[in-house]
Amino acid sequence: METAADFVQHSGGVIGASWLTIALPLLGAAILLLGGRRTDRWGHLLGVAMSLASFVVAVLVFFELLGFGADQRRRVVELYDFLPSGSLHVEMGLLLDPLSISFVLLITGVGSLIHIYSIGYMAHDPGRRRFFAYLNLFVAAMLLLVLADNYLGLYIGWEGVGLASYLLIGFWQHKPSAAAAAKKAFIVNRVGDMGLALGIFVVFTTFGTIAFNQVLPAAHGASEGTLTLIGLALLLGACGKSAQLPLQSWLLDAMEGPTPVSALIHAATMVTAGVYLVVRSGPIFEAAPTAQLVVTIVGVATLLAGAIIGTAKDDIKKALAGSTMSQIGYMMLAAGLGPVGYAFAIAHLIAHGFFKASMFLGAGSVMHAMNDEVDMRKFGGLASVMKITWITFGLGYLAIIGFPLLSGYWTKDGIIETAMEHNPILGWLAVIGAGITGFYMSRLFFMTFHGRRRWDADAHPHESPAVMTWPLIILSIGSVFGGGFLIVGNRFMEFLAPAVGRPEEMPSFHPFSLTGLVTLALVAVGVAYAWMRYGRSEVPAVAPRGSFLTTFARRDLYGDALNEALFMRPGQWLTRLAVFFDNRGVDGLVNGLAALVGGTSGRLRRIQTGYVRSYALSIFFGAALLVGAWFVVGNL
Amino acid sequence: MPWLSILMGVPVVGALAVAAVPKGSDKLAKQLTLGVSLVVLVLTLAMAAQFDRSGARYQFSEVHDWIPSFGVHYAVAVDGIALVLIALAVVLVPIVVLASWHDADRPEAKRSVKTYFALILVLEAMMIGVFAATDVFLFYVFFEAMLIPMYFMIGSYGGAQRSYAAVKFLLYSLFGGLLMLVAVIALYAIAAKGTFLQPELLGAIKDPTTQKWLFLGFFIAFAVKAPVWPFHTWLPDAAAQAPAGAAVLLVGVLDKVGTYGMLRFCLELFPDAAKFFTPLILTLSVIGIVYGAIVAIGQTDMKRLIAYTSISHFGFITMGVFAMSADAGAGATLYMVNHGFSTGALFLLAGFLINRRGSQYIADYGGVQKVAPVLAGTFLVAGLSSLSLPGLSTFVSEFLVLIGTFENYVVPAVIALSGMVLAAVYILWMYQRMMGGPVQESVKALPDLNLREKFVVAPLIALLVVFGFFPKPLLDVVNPAVHQTLTTVHAPQFTPAIPVTAEKKGAGQ
Repeated sequence: METAADFVQHSGGVIGASWLTIALPLLGAAILLLGGRRTDRWGHLLGVAMSLASFVVAVLVFFELLGFGADQRRRVVELYDFLPSGSLHVEMGLLLDPLSISFVLLITGVGSLIHIYSIGYMAHDPGRRRFFAYLNLFVAAMLLLVLADNYLGLYIGWEGVGLASYLLIGFWQHKPSAAAAAKKAFIVNRVGDMGLALGIFVVFTTFGTIAFNQVLPAAHGASEGTLTLIGLALLLGACGKSAQLPLQSWLLDAMEGPTPVSALIHAATMVTAGVYLVVRSGPIFEAAPTAQLVVTIVGVATLLAGAIIGTAKDDIKKALAGSTMSQIGYMMLAAGLGPVGYAFAIAHLIAHGFFKASMFLGAGSVMHAMNDEVDMRKFGGLASVMKITWITFGLGYLAIIGFPLLSGYWTKDGIIETAMEHNPILGWLAVIGAGITGFYMSRLFFMTFHGRRRWDADAHPHESPAVMTWPLIILSIGSVFGGGFLIVGNRFMEFLAPAVGRPEEMPSFHPFSLTGLVTLALVAVGVAYAWMRYGRSEVPAVAPRGSFLTTFARRDLYGDALNEALFMRPGQWLTRLAVFFDNRGVDGLVNGLAALVGGTSGRLRRIQTGYVRSYALSIFFGAALLVGAWFVVGNL
Repeated sequence: MPWLSILMGVPVVGALAVAAVPKGSDKLAKQLTLGVSLVVLVLTLAMAAQFDRSGARYQFSEVHDWIPSFGVHYAVAVDGIALVLIALAVVLVPIVVLASWHDADRPEAKRSVKTYFALILVLEAMMIGVFAATDVFLFYVFFEAMLIPMYFMIGSYGGAQRSYAAVKFLLYSLFGGLLMLVAVIALYAIAAKGTFLQPELLGAIKDPTTQKWLFLGFFIAFAVKAPVWPFHTWLPDAAAQAPAGAAVLLVGVLDKVGTYGMLRFCLELFPDAAKFFTPLILTLSVIGIVYGAIVAIGQTDMKRLIAYTSISHFGFITMGVFAMSADAGAGATLYMVNHGFSTGALFLLAGFLINRRGSQYIADYGGVQKVAPVLAGTFLVAGLSSLSLPGLSTFVSEFLVLIGTFENYVVPAVIALSGMVLAAVYILWMYQRMMGGPVQESVKALPDLNLREKFVVAPLIALLVVFGFFPKPLLDVVNPAVHQTLTTVHAPQFTPAIPVTAEKKGAGQ
């Protein structure tokens, strides 16, 4: 492997002004939140404008970056002296390189489309302004996360997106389920953040700095044990943010948020931050094979778990959430495979951003048409009444199952092939995951758009307005061509190399490799089986009981039950015990002691008010007397 | 110009003036108090502007003999640490005055309205004095005298169990104070320098055993004040029964005298003993962090809940003080300031809620977000500052304390990290129960924040945000003082395992 390009200090030009990408949406959020009801009328337009402006700056930055030679494309823009402490000195700056700009384009591009879509989707919500404020806040925080040139800046963005996610999952606070889901997401993420914080501590005590351009080139100099510790700690953070095992449980509940939020935050962008963290910290992981191995295991376990959960969900958003977990599992697997994997991980991440956003927004369009119904058992036959949604969703669906030549085909196949070369067990498990994906995504697609209409009596589905369908169309174009554009001719691999290092050998694409053929065959079997069960046959209105395996999948592999038994219940007990102990134990002991010494009844509560005051005052004057006495004695 | 004497004199004169306001003109008393406290704030800012960050450690120094025969002086001066704490106090006072506008009017109050406001000004003078005192005896006098106005503020204007709470507060504090008095006198006698001036007493006590005893005398007093686990049980009662404004001054400023005292006296006067007791104190700190947070989760009364969160936060501060690293020391100092703003905002907003609904029980609220969005929103921001969300100043201090502790003591820092998760639980669960869910019948008519209340909350949130993104002004003032403290203690310099010494690579184009 060749190392990545050196870092170049940069000032001026559009890159020098790249902080605008963060500042504009942040300003939008501030105006909308502080402006209050006065901004209700045009708030959504301001939100869209700020997001689009950020996208325009990002595109300009991208082209300016392309203007530099490949080895000149890691540019550090210093902003200001953020944290000048004793030993720790953090200067806040932005790192513009092929890796970060890929994310910036995805976030602002897909983000803007989702902003536009939300104008229609949230049109009748009284809190629409607040919604756009939070969306803008999210975009700003997410951009800080990927653009910061040091771990602390990343951490600030990291928790910032966590806040935005909390606010948006709980957007409908009056629903107890939404309020609970928001809290759960934040708390589970904080468990991960402990890991990220610990990783940063170890980075600092090892290298004396937390700036990427100083830590990463020096990483190989540290001991493997230290690097493994850093890697595992960062991975814990990544697991929280990216809903990977064992911190996956919050993502399914997060579907309580409005659907555009699920598309933007809980599918296309925020949940991929863990992949970004691992790839950005590449030199650390590459020198810590054990940490890398754990990354791949977590990835494979999650891609299977997510897929299995996806097979059993009747709630269209939860099924999609399971698939998000699963697809990020693929990315995580790739991120554990070194530089070849990095490019496939990020390419799949971008492709996924398009097709999953397209499908989530499509699901939103369906819900919009069906009185906010999410139960797929009450859908069916929607293809004929909402053609645009059907086609755009269908293209996203074909892309995710890896239909030949569509986006997911290129990127997922790259991950599977790379994993197969690296470790056949991981590779074959990833192939099986692809087969299950074929099944559960087809199930979802057929149950929603095909078969008999199982609508409620009062449902009158209709196609969504243009402000919602245009984003769908644009995203579906990305779902079709994005993957091929990135992968064919190793275009993205070459582009990313200056940031993450160039693999010794560029992967070459074999259209008829054994792995590829088996994968396609398994996917075909999955699709066919789903067609038999959910397309051709009648879908019962009430979910059949199913075997214990079905229950296992429906209950999210007992993730919540496990958390409840291991953490929540003991935590509640501990809390009760501590409160009891504090009231009776510590306080009682001290009160008792006071009673003993003072010779009073000890029940201070019962003492007459007037008496207490004089009692206290007498103590005080007694003390004053004592002061004088000691003072005299001390001087004798 | 005797800046510090003026700063103390203005509120004292103001207090007398407020007390002299004729009966029946309460409004005038309030306006006068607000005016005086704003004058003190402006004067403090003017003084701070003249503080030379690279100058002598102690500035604006005034030394006058007080009781010459015993070497007691009226000696005041500030270094960076004292300066930011005085700034904290004088920023909070006008905010508290504005927030407490109607708090003393309640029929249950046992004393007149003007007395309450006069007490606040007296307390302000003493808060300035206690941070500025460089004479150990003078410090002790302020340390004890501060109890009096606070005792009356709780005991005469507090909630249903105010007498119990006020007496408990007083007894605990007096107990600590007596121990400290013994130590102060012993220090004077054993050092035999004939003076109480703190800078002249540095290094005066050489014998390790003597150091340990004297250290304990000071430390226990400060530990009760701070409060450090297990000396904390007076705080939830006092804070829950005190009027919201008094609770802010109590937890936000008065308790900081404890942690400030540890930094200024325990560490500097008895460095060897401080090192000896460090493992014990770090243990207590970590217990406090986790224990305070867990007990906070289990509270049903929001003011008690906030009080317990403070016990957890004070654990972070004492951990930072005794971690003996520049980052942790700076972090602990910043923590004292930021915690004042953060807890201040939480207590005051809780007070606004209680004034409206007449209950401090969490279960009596629900769905407030829907009826009073500004109140709920600001409450959330204050809560987020309590759980140290990045972007708010409390994060900077907590991060510095943790990373600085991690430099020297890995295990305590790692256990303390769990405080991050627990803080999210106690804050967000409280928010969910009070602000989320369906609107409860009893809060249906709850009014949102009025203009006065917005003026109370806005500056606190602004400070939290500004110092969250731009902590440099505070750090620049605090760093030299922390450095000098650590030099006095002979704390080792931090060196990374593989220092990246090179300048940032690839300078220039």
